[in-house]
Amino acid sequence: MQITVDMNLCESHGQCVFAAPEIFSFDDDDRLVHETTPSDALLDRAERAAALCPVRAVTVSPAVP
Amino acid sequence: MRAGDRRALVVVGASLAGLRAARALRERGFTGTLTIVGDEPRPPYDRPPLSKRVLTAPGPPSGTELPVPPGLEARWRLGQAAVRLDLAARTVTLADGARLPYDGLVVATGSAARGWPATKPPPPAGVLTLRGWDDALVLRAALAAGGPLVVIGAGFLGGEIAAAARGRGLDVTLVEAASQPLERAVGTTAGAYVAALHREAGVALRTGTTVEGFLTGADGRLAGVRLDDGTAVRAGTAVLALGGVPSTGWLAGSGLAHDGGVHCDPRLRVLRADGSVVPDVVAAGDVARVPQPLADGERLTLGHWTNAVEQGEAAAATLLAGRDPARAPGPFAAVPSFWSDLHGVRIRSVGLPAAADETRVVEHDLAGRRLEISYHRAGRLVGALTVGRTGRLAAYRSALRERLSDGCLPFGSGRDRRAEDPPPASARPPGRREEAPRA
Repeated sequence: MQITVDMNLCESHGQCVFAAPEIFSFDDDDRLVHETTPSDALLDRAERAAALCPVRAVTVSPAVP
Repeated sequence: MRAGDRRALVVVGASLAGLRAARALRERGFTGTLTIVGDEPRPPYDRPPLSKRVLTAPGPPSGTELPVPPGLEARWRLGQAAVRLDLAARTVTLADGARLPYDGLVVATGSAARGWPATKPPPPAGVLTLRGWDDALVLRAALAAGGPLVVIGAGFLGGEIAAAARGRGLDVTLVEAASQPLERAVGTTAGAYVAALHREAGVALRTGTTVEGFLTGADGRLAGVRLDDGTAVRAGTAVLALGGVPSTGWLAGSGLAHDGGVHCDPRLRVLRADGSVVPDVVAAGDVARVPQPLADGERLTLGHWTNAVEQGEAAAATLLAGRDPARAPGPFAAVPSFWSDLHGVRIRSVGLPAAADETRVVEHDLAGRRLEISYHRAGRLVGALTVGRTGRLAAYRSALRERLSDGCLPFGSGRDRRAEDPPPASARPPGRREEAPRA
C-alpha cells in the first residue's frame, strides 16, 4: 500500500503514531515522519490511522505497481 | 442482529459520534435501512474549529464539514430533534411528531452548553454561549465588532475563546472560580503554566473569582460583568464557558439511567435505571457515561474528539453483534486523548489526568514552550500532558494502552474480540467533564 500525508494539513496530532507506530513517528522537532510503502500486513492499522486523524491528512491507497 | 438484513437502524445525533457510528455500521456490513436524526438543519460538521479558526479566520469560515462516505446511503432527518424514546414500542419520536421505528438504536445526542443558573436573573443580550455552528457565527460577529470581551470559565473552551479574541486584538478578561485555569482537568502545575500563557498574551486572568451578575446599559444590552470581589469589568460581549451538559432531555420517562449522561455498560450498551442492559440500544460520544478503566471503572462522560470517533465505532460493533456472544466485542477501553490551542501553543494529553492523585513534572520550560507532566493514581500511570513534546506522548500512550489491555482488551483492530467484562462500575456521581466543543 501507499501512504500519503498532506503536510500542509498535518498538525502533528499524533493519532496516526498512536494507531500505527510501525508506520508513523515523530522526529526530534515533533514533525511527523512516515513509511511511504509499508507492508500490506499493516493495512488495518494504516486505515485506523487515517480514520483517527483529526485533520484528515492521511491517505491510504493501493500500492503503485 | 445480523448484518445484511432488512432491519432498521436509527442513529440519533448527526455529529461526529453519530456519523462515525453510521459509517462503521455500513463498513461492518449492515445493508438495511439506516436513518440519521440531527437537531441542527445542516450536515455533520467538525466542532474543534468552532473555538479556534472559525473565530480567527479573516474570511468566511470553511472546511469544517465532516466527510460523509459515498456508500453511507442514510436517510437524513436533519433539523428535527428527537423528543421521546419508547423502549417498549421501539420508536423514537421527532419534534414534528414523526415516529421512527427501530430494530437497533444509537444514542449520540452530544451535549449542550451549560447556561446561566436559572435561579439568578437572566443575562442580558450580549451574553453568549458556544456549542454549535450558529453560536460560533454569532460569537465571531461579536468579536469582529470589538470588545471588551469577558469569558466566564477558563476550561478548554473558555481558554480557547479568550486566546482567539486576544489574537484578534480584543481586550479580554478571563474569569475562573478555581485557583488555576483547567485545574480540575489537568491539575495545578499544568494549570499554572496555562495561566502564564494567558497573562503573557495579555489576557486579564481573574482566578478564584466568580461572576455575581451583569450590568446593562441604557439600551438594555450588556455593559459589564459584576464579580464576587465587588469589582466590575466593562464588557461588550460575555461568553459563558461553564462546561457541557449531556443532551438527555428527550430520554425523560424512557426508563433509561441518564443522570449526568446516558449510563452504559463497558460495551456501550445503555442501562435502565435499575442497572439492567437494554437490548439493541447503544450510546456514544459526549452523551455516553461509560466506565473508565483508568478511573477504576467510574462512569464518566468525555467530551473529546477522539472519544466520539472511537465510541461511535465501538457502539456500532456492539449493536451489530446483538445478542450473539460469538460476535460480541470486548469492553470499550480506548486511551482518551485531547488537544487544546492557546496563544500559538498546543497542549496535548493522553489518558485521564483528571483521575490522578499525583503529578510528576518531567520538564517545565515556559520560555521554551516545553512541558511534560505524567499523571498517576495509586502509583500507576493514568495520563500525560505535553507542550512541544508530542514525540514523548506516544510512549505514554503505549504504556497506557498496555495497561488497559492487561485485563480488558480494547477495541482498535477493527475486528470483534471477546473478553471478560471488567468489574461493575460504581455508581458515583459524574466526574469531571471536559467542555464542549471538544478541545
